[in-house]
Amino acid sequence: MNRKTIFAGLIILVVACEEFQPKAPQAFELLDGPVSGLTEAENLQFLRGDVAFNDEVFTAANGLGPLFVATSCGSCHPGDGKGHPFTTLTRFGQIDESGNQYLNLGGPQLQHRAVPGFTPEDIPPNATFSRFTPPANTGLGFIDAASDTEILTWIDPDDTDGDGISGVPNWINLKEYVKERPNSVPQNGRYIGRFGKKAATYDLLQQTATAYNQDIGITSSFESVDTHSGLVLDPEVSNQTINDVVFYLKTLKAPEPRSESNSILEGKQLFNTIGCSKCHRPEMKTGNSPIAAIDNKVFYPYSDLLLHDMGPALDDGYTEGSAKSYEWRTPPLWGLGLSKNSQGGQYFLMHDGRARSIDEAILLHGGEANQIRNNYQVLTADEKTKLIQFLESL
Amino acid sequence: MKISLLIVVTLVMCSPTTAQVDSTLFKRTQQDTSKLLLNMDAVYNRPFLSVSKLPVAVGGYVEANWQHLGTDGVSEGHQFQMKRLTLFIASTISRRIKFLSELEFEDGTKEINIEFASIDFEFHPLLNFRGGIVMNPIGAFNQNHDGPKWEFIDRPISATQLLPATWSNVGFGLYGKLYKNNWVYAYETYLTNGFDDQIISNSENKTFLPASKLNQDRFEESFNGVPLLTAKVAIRNKKFGEVGLSYMGGVYNKFLEDGLVLDEKRRHRTWAIDFNTILPSGTYMTTEWTVTRVDVPSTYIQQYGNKQWGGFFDVVQPVLRKNIFGFERSVLNAVCRFEYVDWNAGDFIETGDNIREDIVSVVPGISWRPNAQTVIRLNYRYNWQTDLLGNPPSKTSGFQFGFSSYF
Repeated sequence: MNRKTIFAGLIILVVACEEFQPKAPQAFELLDGPVSGLTEAENLQFLRGDVAFNDEVFTAANGLGPLFVATSCGSCHPGDGKGHPFTTLTRFGQIDESGNQYLNLGGPQLQHRAVPGFTPEDIPPNATFSRFTPPANTGLGFIDAASDTEILTWIDPDDTDGDGISGVPNWINLKEYVKERPNSVPQNGRYIGRFGKKAATYDLLQQTATAYNQDIGITSSFESVDTHSGLVLDPEVSNQTINDVVFYLKTLKAPEPRSESNSILEGKQLFNTIGCSKCHRPEMKTGNSPIAAIDNKVFYPYSDLLLHDMGPALDDGYTEGSAKSYEWRTPPLWGLGLSKNSQGGQYFLMHDGRARSIDEAILLHGGEANQIRNNYQVLTADEKTKLIQFLESL
Repeated sequence: MKISLLIVVTLVMCSPTTAQVDSTLFKRTQQDTSKLLLNMDAVYNRPFLSVSKLPVAVGGYVEANWQHLGTDGVSEGHQFQMKRLTLFIASTISRRIKFLSELEFEDGTKEINIEFASIDFEFHPLLNFRGGIVMNPIGAFNQNHDGPKWEFIDRPISATQLLPATWSNVGFGLYGKLYKNNWVYAYETYLTNGFDDQIISNSENKTFLPASKLNQDRFEESFNGVPLLTAKVAIRNKKFGEVGLSYMGGVYNKFLEDGLVLDEKRRHRTWAIDFNTILPSGTYMTTEWTVTRVDVPSTYIQQYGNKQWGGFFDVVQPVLRKNIFGFERSVLNAVCRFEYVDWNAGDFIETGDNIREDIVSVVPGISWRPNAQTVIRLNYRYNWQTDLLGNPPSKTSGFQFGFSSYF
């Protein structure tokens, strides 16, 4: 080996080193990443929020708990995808819209973990409860920016069209720190909730501040009461960080469909014809947003953001806001096929992860969805496969 | 801190003096070239420079590198790193009383540590007393970690992510050796300050013994008043190589403060086995595997595992011994390292599935030693790291190039 060979080798190494590194996954294979069209300043804020959400770990030294469920935001939403039973939340103590009867006994959320030296909570005797698998974060900004008017066009509380579907909003009271959206359509002083399994959360600020407080035991100027002592504490996370995380969640991209093969298109057709799209509405449009990238944009969540009666099998006897215990918000289906990449290679579907496959999840639909589930059951095996392929392509 | 300041001041004061000394007066101390050296001998088996008949010898090593790594298509580009500048000062106070210190600047001045500063009293070859800042003899790498002795740019993942290499503490202990024909038997045991509760409460979000290195007070006071016991036995044969078995254990939490009970005593225990040998073909093999158990409260979070294990296996094959670029008897090696670390060996309570949080790494490369004290290394690293839940692994790979040399 002469000197020229060695020097040439080194030059090739430096110039071509990226060729020997793992390639980036295709954009449609990932849930994380910003929506396209952010300004440079918005990119900076997105990055700050990304670090706070995915990298900041709480310990006893920086405020964790003392009672908690998880130690970071990213623990519950790995890769911004759906969570795993390891970080499933348990909420308890409310059976109807009269409110939570167990607020003095640790409600509404169970903190079943504690820093050393402290004793975690148990569910009080006789309290009904429900377990909630952490949802994917993807595309939340679009849902946040959806207009009340569009959501209200789909309500049908008395099932006037006779199709068996009667979606209703969860009308909720706003937290004092939450500002109503421009062009909100309140009813009797209450507003349409759109986040959470029961749609009991109004916007991403409430979602974020509540999650810091109830999931990690972190107080903020928005949610200042410590879940263990019940006392108002100094903020353990800054307003800047919360605002950055909210911005991050608002500007995460929407999932990108991964294929449009013939079988998937046939599955899509079946999805519409058997009636899934009556609740899992494919298309929505955002209203006005100060973030240009999500201002008046069409998006494809496969949800109507309304509550529906899902039948007794899914009635845990627990609820939030004005929802009945058997009512659940239609979960967006976008990103469904990538759930396995954040749930450890498996599916944990429905509100509490009890469904271990898409087929099982469909069969768990009841109540308003009875007829649609029956329609699914009579499909041929090939048709079911195509329908599931379509759902996994979202 | 005071000791480090003293050493720095001494070095600064000495520098103008040595500048006026005829360099021909410097001489290298002889290194033991027998085949009965153990990893525990590494602290003294280094090239030192002594001046004339001064009883003080100095030495050190430096290592720097370039790397270009990427993870799943995202790269931070070209990185130049000053990994370490380490200074040794040794002194023979009398024939059987010795002093040795090692001051390390890591990543520039990001970490400045006294890694070793102890006085050894030899009462008998089998009974030596060592006190001061000592390197806890857990595994082999922690004792024998000088960059120029290794053919790989990065330290083994298990040595820095399971064990906290370089892990040293204030304490006292005994060591000794017994030579018999082609065999040498040795032991070391120390009581030192130990770990703290950061091992289960840290920004890594996993059980992480190295987190206790952040405790700047550990050279001044024990976190909980319970000494850390570290003990090792090793045996070496001229033909077959060296095997070491070591243990390190203690209490990591503060269970009592001002007489008030805060928690029960929570223990951690680490066992390690190491082995190295040279095959007749000249192939050098070294390996070290370690298991740690930590008493994590059941009401805490499984993210912090109560068992972790891992290790590495290095193979170094000399392929060329010749004059290269005018360096006579220089050696070119083909090298490969296999590494595995599982930070959280256990199953989820919720699902019964295996908790992952592991990494597999393969590092092939070449190294060139123009002389015994200097190594120039080119490594290609490929890591597969899987998160707690077992989601698709993130892949990291890229080239690293650098040198490490005693001076």
